[in-house]
Amino acid sequence: MNRENDIVELPEGWGFVKTLDRRDFLKLTSSGLLVLCVIDPLLGTAGAMPAEAAQRAALDFNAFLHIGADGRVTCLVGKVEMGQGIMTALPQLAAEELDVPLSSVDIVMGDTDLCPTDSGTYGSLSVRVFGPTLRAAAAEARTVLVQMAAERLQRPVADLDVRDGVVVSKTDRAKHVSYGELTAGKRIERRLDGQAVLKQVGAFTIMGKSAPRRDALEKVTGKAKFAGDIAPSGALHARILRPPAHGATLVRADTSAAEAVPGVRVVRDGDLIAVLHAHRDEATRALALVKATWSPSPSTLNNENIFEHLQKVAPEGRPTVKGNVADGEKSAAQVVEQTYLKGYVAHAAMETHSAVAAVENGKVTVWAGTQTPFPLKTQVARALNLAPEKVRVITPYIGGGFGGKSASMQGIEAARLAMATGKPVRVVWGREEEFFFDTFDPAAVFKIRAGLDAAKKIVFWDNTVIGAGARGSAVFYDIPNHSTTVRGGWGGGNPSDMHPFGVGPWRAPGANANVFARESHIDVMAAKAGMDPVEFRMRNLTDARMRRVLQAAASKFGWSPKPAPSGRGFGVACGDDAGTYVATMAEVKVDKSTGKVQVVRVVCAQDMGIVVNPEGAAQQMEGCITMGLGYTLAEEVRFKDGVVLDKNFDTYEIPRFSAVPRIETVILDSPDLAPQGGGEPAIITTGAVVANAVFDAVGARVVQLPMTPARVKGAMKG
Amino acid sequence: MKPLSFSLNGVQRNITVDDTRMLLWVLRDDLGLTGTKFGCGESICGACTVLINNEAVRACTTPMSAVAGKRVVTIEGLAHDARLHPVQEAFVKHLGFQCGYCTSGMIMGAHALLLKNAKPTRAQIVEEMEPHLCRCGAHVRIVQAIESASAAIAGGAR
Repeated sequence: MNRENDIVELPEGWGFVKTLDRRDFLKLTSSGLLVLCVIDPLLGTAGAMPAEAAQRAALDFNAFLHIGADGRVTCLVGKVEMGQGIMTALPQLAAEELDVPLSSVDIVMGDTDLCPTDSGTYGSLSVRVFGPTLRAAAAEARTVLVQMAAERLQRPVADLDVRDGVVVSKTDRAKHVSYGELTAGKRIERRLDGQAVLKQVGAFTIMGKSAPRRDALEKVTGKAKFAGDIAPSGALHARILRPPAHGATLVRADTSAAEAVPGVRVVRDGDLIAVLHAHRDEATRALALVKATWSPSPSTLNNENIFEHLQKVAPEGRPTVKGNVADGEKSAAQVVEQTYLKGYVAHAAMETHSAVAAVENGKVTVWAGTQTPFPLKTQVARALNLAPEKVRVITPYIGGGFGGKSASMQGIEAARLAMATGKPVRVVWGREEEFFFDTFDPAAVFKIRAGLDAAKKIVFWDNTVIGAGARGSAVFYDIPNHSTTVRGGWGGGNPSDMHPFGVGPWRAPGANANVFARESHIDVMAAKAGMDPVEFRMRNLTDARMRRVLQAAASKFGWSPKPAPSGRGFGVACGDDAGTYVATMAEVKVDKSTGKVQVVRVVCAQDMGIVVNPEGAAQQMEGCITMGLGYTLAEEVRFKDGVVLDKNFDTYEIPRFSAVPRIETVILDSPDLAPQGGGEPAIITTGAVVANAVFDAVGARVVQLPMTPARVKGAMKG
Repeated sequence: MKPLSFSLNGVQRNITVDDTRMLLWVLRDDLGLTGTKFGCGESICGACTVLINNEAVRACTTPMSAVAGKRVVTIEGLAHDARLHPVQEAFVKHLGFQCGYCTSGMIMGAHALLLKNAKPTRAQIVEEMEPHLCRCGAHVRIVQAIESASAAIAGGAR
């Protein structure tokens, strides 16, 4: 598809994230049509109301979609915009089902007082899982409005059509009424009952077409507000005393010199010691005057010995088994065994964790750069011992999340300090705090044994995954006997001494490491079989969807079969994530004297079901590939005895312009599958595709991420 | 505290300020211009890039003493009469951003590049923009946007 030509011109006055205060909201919703949804208390996500749940009185209803007398549609969603583009894609869904122009749809996001409860923006769920609910709300609204129009126009429903928010009689074009006219002066509530019928793909006019990004104008003019840009009158900046190492505890702190600085306030609230000033830089200077003594950290771990440690302390896992590995091994002509390693990786969003909190009439409002506004609201209420309705979290634009802003400690800090001082407080972490308190993508170890029979079919696969978790570890090749044991992950269930600092979800959590190990090992086996890596995969793959994606990538790349190492520097890797299938091919150049890898070209093909916004989806794929080159080639958090040695971007190198290859994306036409995830899948193959291309270039297998020049040189020496 | 004069987005400003403070925080905290972002605090990431006398500088490490008597342009000063600057327009057209946090600095860096070299090659764009970090991976489109802005300016756009 030609996406460039699909982009429409930016309409005047387009976009701008809507913010409403409670009074505006009540005014807005005092008339018009409201489609309500129920909060599923188990899922914690907004969804259609199950029949039996409708009977339960205690359920919390909240508006979901509103159509006003002016014909404007307002979507209220608990999701947040962090660059992934859902403030553009979600209104597309609503506009499509309602048959209104996209420009008449507004969106309010991530405001806990106005939007339906939501567990958070992660896991590529917004379009895939939340999308159908929003579409159902819009479809429900359309049904109600058409019924009202039928009465108003004295025409049967079957005779009515909707164009641009106007209901028109098909047989008598003079008979028409707009949505706005229908809702004017009325207040109509409908509850979503799960019965709404969604449009079929063939009827789409807005979904499937690239829409201009709603955040564009604000973001190129500097008007877009991020949490740290919110400046209530009289606000103070807080800089917080931080330990030098994880595991270090405060012995004593002398804050007298800081307190003597004019305009400075010091708060000591249990474990929280903060220096506040109206200017952030002056608060920073004053914080440096605090004399603190810390106990040393008991940690003896570092980025070298961590892999031994993980193997020792990771919890035992239960294997997921198909067939019998021992039986499979008996029919194997060749057995290949390899250990793969990956270090800790930082989220390193350009915006550090930021929040502003203000207390008014006993109610705390927190503006936070968070992927989890509703859980943060609960955490703030708990920390301040307040009833939940006394806390409101508002989410402005987020300057990158990638999973790292699922944890929002800065929001709690701001709220505590606002409560303690009675002033609005801004907490903007410094880069060093960001690297210290990040919930890193965990280091991981993989031990894979696998075997081939004489026909070059994989007959068994035995994988132990330590640290990465299960995502991306499932086997989609035709392997009759396989066993995968997952020992610990990023999401909890680990012994407390497993990691020296916090770990958490990092874009496609665990899948990057799992796919690196699996797809590297598949290539090792292809080489052992003396086969071209694509042909080898095809021989062991009957999954029609994956075959189609792999073929699409090969065709775009112009792949011609040759067993590796061919010297060409070509690599391939496949994976599935968030319901999306992805196949990536890369061409690399390796400087044999330095070991430096330059990725020249990447082709990525993806089947993500129905695509809502093709240009937005392509942006996500390009972003995934570019970001993925970081964990692939350079990014690894260095630490020693509880101290995080990387404190800024000078030593922690994320991809820069010169590292970015030519990127070509292919989105397969897949009209029979509902929309799947788009924010994460294309990143999962990056490590493997580059490792396989490096092997193809120089015949050396690098089994540890990141593939630093030293590791590549090491592998070349054997 | 010292009285200090400079031009900010074309307007003469006279302020009294501790001139060892950094321009970034004076812009954001004292003057309410929050389009210029904090990213690293050490001139590594480029998020705080502004123009001083048409040169790209990092506001996070530029003391106010270095600003006295100079012309400062921030992202807020780029569009005129509600008309986007060609670089801004190109970033919109090519979607040269995702989260938008590095975008102010990227646009100011690109603007400074085109002021001194109106027709940069792709290699020159990459070299000049190399110190600007973007975590979302919008690089490919940012380069396209700068090429497109260069062509638009050559064609007379202002």
